[in-house]
Amino acid sequence: MPDQFLFAVEVTLNGLMAGVLYALVALGFVLIFKASGIFNFAQGVMALFAAATLVGIMDGQVPFSHLINSIFGTSVHHFGWHVPALLAILLTILVMVALAWLVQYFVMRHLVNQEPIILFMATIGLAYFLEGFSDLMWGSEIKTLDVGLPQGGSFWIEDLTAGLGSDNFYGFFIDRLDIVATVIAAVLVVALVAFSQYTKQGRAMRAVADDHQAALSVGISLNFIWVLVWSLAGFVALVAGIVWGTKSGVQFSLSLIALKALPVLMLGGFTSIPGAIVGGLIIGVGEKLFEFAIGPLVGGATENWFAYVLALIFLVFRPQGLFGEKIIERV
Amino acid sequence: MFYREAGDFSTTYSQDSQTFPIKFDRYRYYVVMAVAFLVVPFLINDYWANAVMLPFLIYAIAAIGLNILTGYCGQVSLGTGGFMAVGAYACYKLMTAMPDVNIFFHVILAGGITAIVGVLFGLPSLRIKGFYLAVATLAAQFFLVWLFNRVPWFYNYSASGQISSPERTVFGIPVTGANTDAWATYLFCLVFCAGSAIIARNLTRGSLGRTWMAIRDMDIAAEIIGVNPLRAKLTAFALSSFFVGVSGALFFSVYLGAVEVGEVFGINKSFLVLFMVIIGGLGSIFGSFAGAAFLVLLPVLLKLVGVDMLGWATDIVAHIQLVVVGLLIVVFLIMEPHGLAQLWRLAKEKLRLWPFPH
Repeated sequence: MPDQFLFAVEVTLNGLMAGVLYALVALGFVLIFKASGIFNFAQGVMALFAAATLVGIMDGQVPFSHLINSIFGTSVHHFGWHVPALLAILLTILVMVALAWLVQYFVMRHLVNQEPIILFMATIGLAYFLEGFSDLMWGSEIKTLDVGLPQGGSFWIEDLTAGLGSDNFYGFFIDRLDIVATVIAAVLVVALVAFSQYTKQGRAMRAVADDHQAALSVGISLNFIWVLVWSLAGFVALVAGIVWGTKSGVQFSLSLIALKALPVLMLGGFTSIPGAIVGGLIIGVGEKLFEFAIGPLVGGATENWFAYVLALIFLVFRPQGLFGEKIIERV
Repeated sequence: MFYREAGDFSTTYSQDSQTFPIKFDRYRYYVVMAVAFLVVPFLINDYWANAVMLPFLIYAIAAIGLNILTGYCGQVSLGTGGFMAVGAYACYKLMTAMPDVNIFFHVILAGGITAIVGVLFGLPSLRIKGFYLAVATLAAQFFLVWLFNRVPWFYNYSASGQISSPERTVFGIPVTGANTDAWATYLFCLVFCAGSAIIARNLTRGSLGRTWMAIRDMDIAAEIIGVNPLRAKLTAFALSSFFVGVSGALFFSVYLGAVEVGEVFGINKSFLVLFMVIIGGLGSIFGSFAGAAFLVLLPVLLKLVGVDMLGWATDIVAHIQLVVVGLLIVVFLIMEPHGLAQLWRLAKEKLRLWPFPH
């Protein structure tokens, strides 16, 4: 087989893996949007916050140490213990649940019945707050996150596929972390679908998504469901934060992947979990192939905008996305 | 006692339809203009011009532009930074291609070019609505910044990839470049700012403004009663982009002097201007000024208190600033969705009745 073709295949495979990661973030958006009609812009910052918290707990960092040192002139920074990864993840989940409750209690409760665009802007404010808060709490330097996920190229796949091309071709390079991420994403999707289809809370969640008032009238607690949904989104953010944080370090750019998840959502449709997955794969493969084929001709770094422009063009023809519910408007 | 319509009789139609129907408002407006044009230029120094007045005036123009689109026409845009970049680069190309033309016209032309780009990116708004559109405007933001970063023609093939404004004069007095006086740059920006505010104010209370508001309140209903959505949305995009482009041109040529597009006109700039509009008040020209003043002064104030008085590290103060801005956005959306402008309106309502409670 010609090398050029094999390279294209490799790019496609890597695109698929990247797409899975986008889809992971997009899932968090879809969850909240389905259940409360809120487009949660803070999802990416939640991933950053979750990952930073996880690192902080694992390393035994003192929260707000910079601030405390500035005010009191002390120099505390670490408790001096190391928490095992699993326990730290559990603690972080607790933190995310607490965050969900706080968001619900202090923000969303007061914005019931507001227009979606107001809610959207409130979550932008929330994103800013959380970003500053996370930096204050754990510091803004780049942190490495290692919870024991495998990393680096998979030699097994490389050796296996090296024979396909000529001597210049060394086999497909696929990061083992990407493979693990794919498995995690698959498990997460199955679990979420099972949760929303077969459990009592999941059904209640879908009922709320369908009609707030009708759900209230059959005795479903809106407050509880919303805390549940935000907690779930926080959990998904944690998973995304762990995977992305392991891949490229816990840093500010982590919150920008949320922006990348937006075109994924628009392609897939805001209300569809399979849509988030398919949209993520299309964007992931599309931007890698575009960069591979056209990028060198126009100066590279097309990944910055390709996803948005693709989504924009796509939306003009199908405003509700691939799998979204048809938008019906009445006066 | 002074603030009421009683006793102020309109005898002609033009009096009846003037911008400030209340006498007190009118005189206040004249006083503000007189102070801004005749007093401030004599008092201003470099620190005040660069830290407060120039950013305030320039952001106020951008906020007016975004307010037309988001506050009056209801189309949320996250592409403001990108459109400001268009204004800046258009101004740069015009300044270097036609050095003999007065910079005044360069800035206006830059606004015009931005308006055309704005209409182009506004076309999808006819199909896409709400936050789908907000996300679609992100395409403009990222694509435009990438374009100016990667295509050397835009920065005249300079080695650094930056653009820097050459010295240009108005009536023989330099307003751009290295040797400018604080009062000259201030007056130059003030002329544009006052002009934008007057134009925007009159546009929004005219028939065009009413069609925008009809589209904002419910576009299907507006279409049924005979508002042309194509015309309304595209004019909103064009005029909004014009003002944003002018502000981008001033931001580059007068305020900063040299610009690296990814840093100056990134996505954060879009959010900053959007926050100004939200905090100031959606659908209010006064609100654009209030929001711009608030978000320009807030970092200056926090720096004064945090760094100079308490002696904290600058990065801590920067983080606290994020927290404060985020909190303010949420608090404003909960307590007063119409922003500072609404507080102003309430104060005026009270003033009218004063000293009586009802």
